[in-house]
Amino acid sequence: MADSATIIATTGAPSRGRRRLQALARQPKVVWGGGFILFLVVVALAAPLIAPHDPLAQDLMSGTLPPLGFADYDPGFLLGTDDLGRDVLSRLIYGTRIALTVAFVAATLAALVGTLLGLLAGYFRGVTDTVVSRLIEIWMAFPPVLLSILVVAIMGSGVTSVIAAIAIIDWTRFARVVRAETMAQAQGDYVTAARTLGFGRWTILFREILPNVAPVLLALITLEMGIAVIVEAILSFVGLSVSSDTPTWGGMIAQGRQIIYQAWWVFAAPLAALFATVLAFNQLGDGLRRALDPVMQR
Amino acid sequence: MRVIAAVLAKRIGMAIVTLFGVAVVVFLLLRVAPGDPVAMMIGAGASAADVAELRARYGLDQPLLVQFGIWLAGVLRGDFGVSISLHRDVLELLSERLPATLELATAACAVAVGLGGAIAIAGTLVRGRKAEAAVDGVNGLMLAVPDFVWALAFVLVLGVLWPVLPLSGRMDPSVGVPFVSHFYLIESLLRGRFAIAGDIVAHMVMPVLALALPLAAVIVRILKEALSEAMMQDYVLVARVKGFSESRLVIGEALRNAVGPTLALTGVQFTFLIGGTVIVERIFAYPGIGAMAIDAVINRDLPLIQGLVLVFGALFILVNLAVDLGAVALNPRLRHGG
Repeated sequence: MADSATIIATTGAPSRGRRRLQALARQPKVVWGGGFILFLVVVALAAPLIAPHDPLAQDLMSGTLPPLGFADYDPGFLLGTDDLGRDVLSRLIYGTRIALTVAFVAATLAALVGTLLGLLAGYFRGVTDTVVSRLIEIWMAFPPVLLSILVVAIMGSGVTSVIAAIAIIDWTRFARVVRAETMAQAQGDYVTAARTLGFGRWTILFREILPNVAPVLLALITLEMGIAVIVEAILSFVGLSVSSDTPTWGGMIAQGRQIIYQAWWVFAAPLAALFATVLAFNQLGDGLRRALDPVMQR
Repeated sequence: MRVIAAVLAKRIGMAIVTLFGVAVVVFLLLRVAPGDPVAMMIGAGASAADVAELRARYGLDQPLLVQFGIWLAGVLRGDFGVSISLHRDVLELLSERLPATLELATAACAVAVGLGGAIAIAGTLVRGRKAEAAVDGVNGLMLAVPDFVWALAFVLVLGVLWPVLPLSGRMDPSVGVPFVSHFYLIESLLRGRFAIAGDIVAHMVMPVLALALPLAAVIVRILKEALSEAMMQDYVLVARVKGFSESRLVIGEALRNAVGPTLALTGVQFTFLIGGTVIVERIFAYPGIGAMAIDAVINRDLPLIQGLVLVFGALFILVNLAVDLGAVALNPRLRHGG
């Protein structure tokens, strides 16, 4: 143990990693946001075990039962039921699956595309930069909601289309930041040193610059996951996401909107879940940004 | 002035290139889409000859490049085609709906600037105290929650649980439409029809707030930081020594210097707000171009979608152009080509 501690202390690099971990643990935003996301992941994975009812099981005899705390409350249905007698809590639990799947996959894809283009534009400049920058500008001139609906309308509804739509639209968020960050990093002494040592362009770009862009990227991906959850909910709300027999928060909100005067809780429960989830991703992303990147602390 | 003219010319040139790019992207997106819009509009019982005739009428039987040329030439003449689903001239539809969206977006921007400015100034006045943490906390919430979620929360709280505001539309349907323009709010105010104006405002409160809160939060963050930086400058110190009150220091001295960068950012964020009208108008059934856009996409109404996206693109680009020019006009270093 003593040896490894000495090595860590002398080599420096692992201790930087440890300092970063400690900085993360000190950020209450990271702890709360990350904790809630972790909770959601567990809920999504364990959905069949913890959901009290089948989320699709209809029981017209027990339709629009109110949630806990109201006169006609049925202890079997903690958050009440919708007009078809389906358990709101179970649908909410199963809804985390689509929300998190879209969040993780779509944000990762958008990050891959955007980071690659941003790195290339920021490092090679010239024609590459002009093309990428103009593409970003054209993309930004589309209202994102309209563009996502357009993409899903063209590709047909479904989770894959929703994920593709988010990646197609939001790569610019990554490309803009990574491009600027790469330009700044490329001026660094370590890049000049690597060049003097005869490293190739691609080695410098992916082995030297990319790791230095990574902290900003991590924070951006987390923020993007929150955005992806919202976009999925919007598309479900408009009726363009998954088919109506898969429970999603946006789909529940759209259905709840129809019966909001008879059973407002069908609308309120998924809205609250959406609210908390977006807040958690946002806090986690913000905390990560503060903890990992000294430049953005300004 | 020559420098400003040169910057202006360059910016306008770039804006035109971007707008052309937008047009090309929309056109290609819709042409690679599977599914035949003509088949959708004509129904199952149509004969092949009917379909062919319709395709010819909308120019859909021509090669891609020719179709684009026909469409672009039309747009330049002010002819955006005829909506497939609504059977009306696209330009006419746009000119009816755009004023509603402009009123909504402008009101939201004004509310965001007022609210954001007030919160930033209040936060600066109480800086270093517990109240500042409360201001930051509220602002963090406003920043994190998007317009879509705000809109739905308002529907639930102010529309249903405690129904104080109308849930949908632009005005009460029992009021006829005694207007000559489509700027209902402006016209009713100008003509002194204050009861109608009040009704229109009541319909706008929830969508305006939903759009304004996220923008207000961004303004607070930028302006508060700029203010606290300005408060540490020498001229503020001098004013403080002269015995100026704290609020006069913030509002009279620091604000003047902090407002420039905030305005530039507000302009850019305003374009996001315009994009937000798409879903917010849908939620409140507000008859602007945003609500129309969703239906146009779902109905695969190509001419209408193209017209709408082009209008949105033009709005985005115009706002950005105005922000750039404003920045040049306000900044003497840029003005002299520095």
